[in-house]
Amino acid sequence: MATTKLDPQAALAELQESKPQRVTLVVLSGDMDRVMAAFIIATGAASMGMQVTMFFTFWGLNAIRREGAKGTAKDWLRRMFGHLNKGGADSLPLSRFHFWGLGTRMMKLVMKQNRMPGIAELRAMALDLGVRFIACTTTLGLMGITKDTLIDEIDQFAGVSTYLAEAKDAQVNLFI
Amino acid sequence: MAIPSDVKLDTLGLFCPMPIIKTSKKIKELAVGQVLEVVSDDEGIKKDMPAWCETTGHEYVGLEEQSNGGSIHYKTYVRKTK
Repeated sequence: MATTKLDPQAALAELQESKPQRVTLVVLSGDMDRVMAAFIIATGAASMGMQVTMFFTFWGLNAIRREGAKGTAKDWLRRMFGHLNKGGADSLPLSRFHFWGLGTRMMKLVMKQNRMPGIAELRAMALDLGVRFIACTTTLGLMGITKDTLIDEIDQFAGVSTYLAEAKDAQVNLFI
Repeated sequence: MAIPSDVKLDTLGLFCPMPIIKTSKKIKELAVGQVLEVVSDDEGIKKDMPAWCETTGHEYVGLEEQSNGGSIHYKTYVRKTK
C-alpha cells in the first residue's frame, strides 16, 4: 500500500521558506509522447535547480501505475474500467500512429536504438532529481485505480486546492 | 585556441534532457572556479548550456565545435561559481 510520505502543510511551508523557482505540470494525458514531453520538461527544470511538482490526473495516472498491477475497486463497473484502461510506464500508447500497438512498438525500438530513455527511465530520473508527484484522488476513484496499484514514490494524494496552492507561486505552469 | 578545463563530461549519443541532467550532477563534484567541459553531439546544447548557466548562475565560458567524421562534437565549457 502506497502511503503519503510528505505532510502537505509541511511541504508547502518548506517551499515558501526556501523560495526556489518553481514549475508545476498537470499531466492529464496518458499518451506516451505527451507523458514523455512532461517528464523531459520536469527533469530539465529540476536540473536547472527548479522545484518541480507533477500533478497526475485522469489518463495521466496511467504513467504512475505499476506495470501490470490490477485494480481492486469495489464495484464491478470501475473494476472493469480499471482493467480495460491499461496502466504502467511501458503500456502507454502514442497519441498518433499507435496502430493497435505496432506504431508504438516501432517508436520504442527507434528510441532504444538511439539510446533515448523511455518513460520508466525518465520517471526514475525525475524522482531521483527530487520532482514531486501528486496523484489526484478524485480521478483515481473515478477511473477505478486504487492507490495500491500506483508506484510507491507518490508524495501526496490530493486535489485541486493543493495543485493551485503550488501553481499560484510557480513561474511555469503547464497543462499536458 | 582550446579552452582549458579541469573535468570532462562525455554525453555523446545522448539526447535532451540527458546532457543537462548529467551536467547538473557533475558540476557538484567540482570545486568553485573549476571548469567543466561537456562534449555532446546534440546541436541543441549550443543554446541549452548558456540557458542552463543563466538559470543556475554558473558561468558560461564558451563553445568549441569539432567536426568528427560525419558528426560535429559540441564542446561547451562551464565555470562553477558557487
